[in-house]
Amino acid sequence: MASPVVKLGKNRRKPFTSAATLEASFSRRSFVVAAGMGGIGTLLASRVGYLAVIENKKYSLESESNRVNLSLIPPRRGWILDRNGAPLASNRADFRVDVVPELMTDPQGTVTKLGNILGMDATTIADVHQRVADAVGAQPVEVASGLSYDQFAAVGVRLPDLHGVVPQRGFSRYYPTGPSVAHLIGYVGQANAEEYKKDHDPLLITPGFKIGKDGLEKSFEKELRGVPGARRVEVTASGRIVKELETREDVQGQSVKLTIDGPLQDFAARRIGLESGSVAVIDCQTGGILALVSMPAFDPNSFVGGIGRLRWKMLNEDDHIPLLNKSVRGLYPPGSTVKPMATLALQQHGVSPDEHVYCGGGYQLGRRYFRCDAVHGSVDMRTAIEKSCNTYFWTMVHRVGYDVLAPMARTLGLGDEFDLPGTSQRYGTVPTPDWKMRRFHQEWTAADGLNASIGQGYVLANPLQLAVMTSRIATGKNLLPSLIYGNKRPVGPPLPFTPEQLQVTHDGMFRVVNGSGTASSARLNLDGIQMAGKTGTAQVRKLVARGHISDWAARDHSLFVCFAPFDNPRYAIAVVIEHGGFGSVAAAPIARDVMTYLFAPEKALDTLHKLEQGWGGTPDERMRRRYLTFIGDQGVDDPPPPPPDLDISSRVDAESRVAGMKPGSAEMETPTPSPGASGAPITTT
Amino acid sequence: MSVIPTSIARQPWQMLIPLTALVCFGALVLYSAGGGGWMPYAAPHLVQYFVFLIMAFVMTRFPRDFVALIAFPAYAVVLVLLVLVEAVGAMGGGSQRWLNLGFMQLQPSELMKPAIVLVIARFYASLPVGEVPSWRSLIPVVTLLAVPMILVGLQPDLGTALAIGFGGAVVMFLAGLPLRWFVGAGLAGAAMAPVAFFFVLKPYQQKRVFTFLTPEKDPLGDGYHITQSKIAIGSGGWFGKGFGNGTQSHLNYLPEPHTDFAFATMAEEWGFVGGLFVLVVFALILRWGWNVARRSRDRFSQLLAAGMVATIFFYVAINLMMVMGLAPVVGIPLPFVSHGGSSMMTNMICVGTLMMIDRWNRMAPRSGLRG
Repeated sequence: MASPVVKLGKNRRKPFTSAATLEASFSRRSFVVAAGMGGIGTLLASRVGYLAVIENKKYSLESESNRVNLSLIPPRRGWILDRNGAPLASNRADFRVDVVPELMTDPQGTVTKLGNILGMDATTIADVHQRVADAVGAQPVEVASGLSYDQFAAVGVRLPDLHGVVPQRGFSRYYPTGPSVAHLIGYVGQANAEEYKKDHDPLLITPGFKIGKDGLEKSFEKELRGVPGARRVEVTASGRIVKELETREDVQGQSVKLTIDGPLQDFAARRIGLESGSVAVIDCQTGGILALVSMPAFDPNSFVGGIGRLRWKMLNEDDHIPLLNKSVRGLYPPGSTVKPMATLALQQHGVSPDEHVYCGGGYQLGRRYFRCDAVHGSVDMRTAIEKSCNTYFWTMVHRVGYDVLAPMARTLGLGDEFDLPGTSQRYGTVPTPDWKMRRFHQEWTAADGLNASIGQGYVLANPLQLAVMTSRIATGKNLLPSLIYGNKRPVGPPLPFTPEQLQVTHDGMFRVVNGSGTASSARLNLDGIQMAGKTGTAQVRKLVARGHISDWAARDHSLFVCFAPFDNPRYAIAVVIEHGGFGSVAAAPIARDVMTYLFAPEKALDTLHKLEQGWGGTPDERMRRRYLTFIGDQGVDDPPPPPPDLDISSRVDAESRVAGMKPGSAEMETPTPSPGASGAPITTT
Repeated sequence: MSVIPTSIARQPWQMLIPLTALVCFGALVLYSAGGGGWMPYAAPHLVQYFVFLIMAFVMTRFPRDFVALIAFPAYAVVLVLLVLVEAVGAMGGGSQRWLNLGFMQLQPSELMKPAIVLVIARFYASLPVGEVPSWRSLIPVVTLLAVPMILVGLQPDLGTALAIGFGGAVVMFLAGLPLRWFVGAGLAGAAMAPVAFFFVLKPYQQKRVFTFLTPEKDPLGDGYHITQSKIAIGSGGWFGKGFGNGTQSHLNYLPEPHTDFAFATMAEEWGFVGGLFVLVVFALILRWGWNVARRSRDRFSQLLAAGMVATIFFYVAINLMMVMGLAPVVGIPLPFVSHGGSSMMTNMICVGTLMMIDRWNRMAPRSGLRG
């Protein structure tokens, strides 16, 4: 077989291949191939064993996580209650449709299809398109809420054609008195990308879950949120639910009880009417804030499903600034409302209340003549308050020095930022020479002092501060304002006045209302209850003549502070009406009616109902109409407004005080929050 | 013994019984994959098996000379059909693998798998022994192999093209071609692979390769098939989740639970034990086929039998490697288990051919070396 010259690798052409060698080669090679096949077979068998036995635990888990879809049930949010337990913010049963943009095959088409099924108008569909386009990742977008069962079911049956659409039954936040509590309570909305980045709770991206976006809703988020429930369902790869496995109920968030008096809050908000302004009411016994209103406002209910593009535009373009919480963020020159404070400072520094100053219609300071409102003749301290005589204060302050006023203003709460949750306050200015040097690098002048002593010039305060000041003057106690019910603040260091000094100031304020003072229009028409107060008129433009009525925005701010009953102060109120003219014209009647509501609600309501007829309805109705007009001007159709839930509203609106409490509706999750572990109101924080 | 007719007693029952058991087991898997019903998969599966089994029995009767005679014409006919498929596809404006014969959908590429083995075995059987190490043994076979591979690859059906190539290559290897040619071809192939990858493979095929290399990178996209298949097999454990209880298949996480991923469907419900059963049955069938080849007394029978075994083996190996994440996703079903008439036909042709050669062996037992 071997050739004479065998050289391995060079035998290509040597014909030593025979049938026998081929046969042998077949045997050899078939063995190799068979061994190879056997080897692969063994490999496959061990691979099955490895996957199915050794890695079984891992893959069983993955199979389970495929099969079982754990969906979080957004917890019912805790209620926000007023001091009597009536809901300022509650929840109501809601059928809702969300979309998850990431899962949508044809976002444009699907949203349009949904819009048709749900009978949505073009504006709303455009809004949804915008929100879907802006959505980040798996963040769901709410298409519609507050649906009827029929609409809900209509989406349900078409679900196989609608990829990424999630119909939900849940609860949505409901603010019975809407705009009245908007700035105080805030509103809720879907967590945005930044909020999710900060808190990687999967609950945040659960459709239908809302977090507090502003006000108390935001600052009590932790307490209000609750514990989500969970639903385990078996799902197919395409997400169709095969069967429910088990469900864990959610735990409702804790409720938060406020010092706010809901019906009063609603009344005050509505009483502001067409004006732009705010009302702050303080309980003189505890310092609790009974009402903190800023109007006009937005309807937080309309923000729950995401703020509509046009609605936002309308609110933003309004010159009454409905998006600003004027009660703590609006700063105004307090005007003559600081005069009672000034009398306390003067008395403290030795000015006798009985000393008379002659007002000849003004005050000469060097070469400048400061004009008073009128020629008041001979005035003492009480009359100076009653008549709001500037000459008296200029004379006296010039005598004792402006230095004594600023500390007193601070003592009474001006320039102070109070420890109140959910408010971001602007604390204004109590000007001092130091402050002016820091701020403007200018020397303090005597003229600055004269201006500041009548609450003009550099002095700025927010309405809440004015209410606090009034409550402290009324009681002589260092009251600290609070918002959370039962969270009684310790009274601060005692105020440095004698009862006699206070009485002088009170007398002056009493005469403002009940004497021949500047605000006789504010006299209470009640038996045995009398009010003391002080008007204020804050110049908006220095060069515009006082009281000159032209362009709305050029008119002076109208202010009024008051307390009642005069002999045993129970409530202190501050009212600021932007561009309302004289304090006695716009602000004082509102303060009078709010005070009347506290003692005789029927009487105040009668007044309000008559006024509202003239204004064209409640703020809610007016806002609805305005929105329709607004979007009409933009050339788009009319969206169906969400219907108010009369049952819940009737427990906290202004009329409820008169009508008495009515039982809650069956559609609400609980008639009253249970005082159990979940429902115990937060009363101290 | 005497009661049983010889024609029945002579059948290779050591192969037929495991095979039938496997097909019935496959029918159970398809019953479950079909949502717990005989239709649409399980019943047709059994019917197809028995129809093609009869075909195999008929094939058993073919004499050796007849088979040798029709080898080249059969190859030519299948090749023409392949060209026809391309032509019809081109006219239809898209890729096409099927020819509609009216009564059935014919996939010529499937027929090419046994046909290529047949024609190459026939070629080497008639090639003078001395020519084997020369180029004359190589060039014609490479041509015979390349033409259908290119046609099928153009469809594009990479899996079937590779199956054809594998069957041909095994026959060439066993035919005694010099070893260095295979080594050289292997080296050349390795060198060409990157080029082929970038210039020959279509983007979706390239993607499959990437996905195979890193399936976890994209568990919801392209790696989805492999990942879900591994989950199905892995979650089965020793004895599986029980018949009809597979969640991966029933909830549609597993793609193609009745065809390409039938093994994963099976393993989820029957576990490691079921997987071993399938592998053992394949081992029995292939070992029997391999013994048929080794017992053959002539070169044609040897090579034909070995080539048929290799073709079945390729199906099994590639499919199982794919479902277990050891190979990229290529559309190759698991013989005798997956639903699909064409694959059943091809595999039963292979089995029938082996039974035929087994009969030839028994009729004229191997008597030693032939000069």
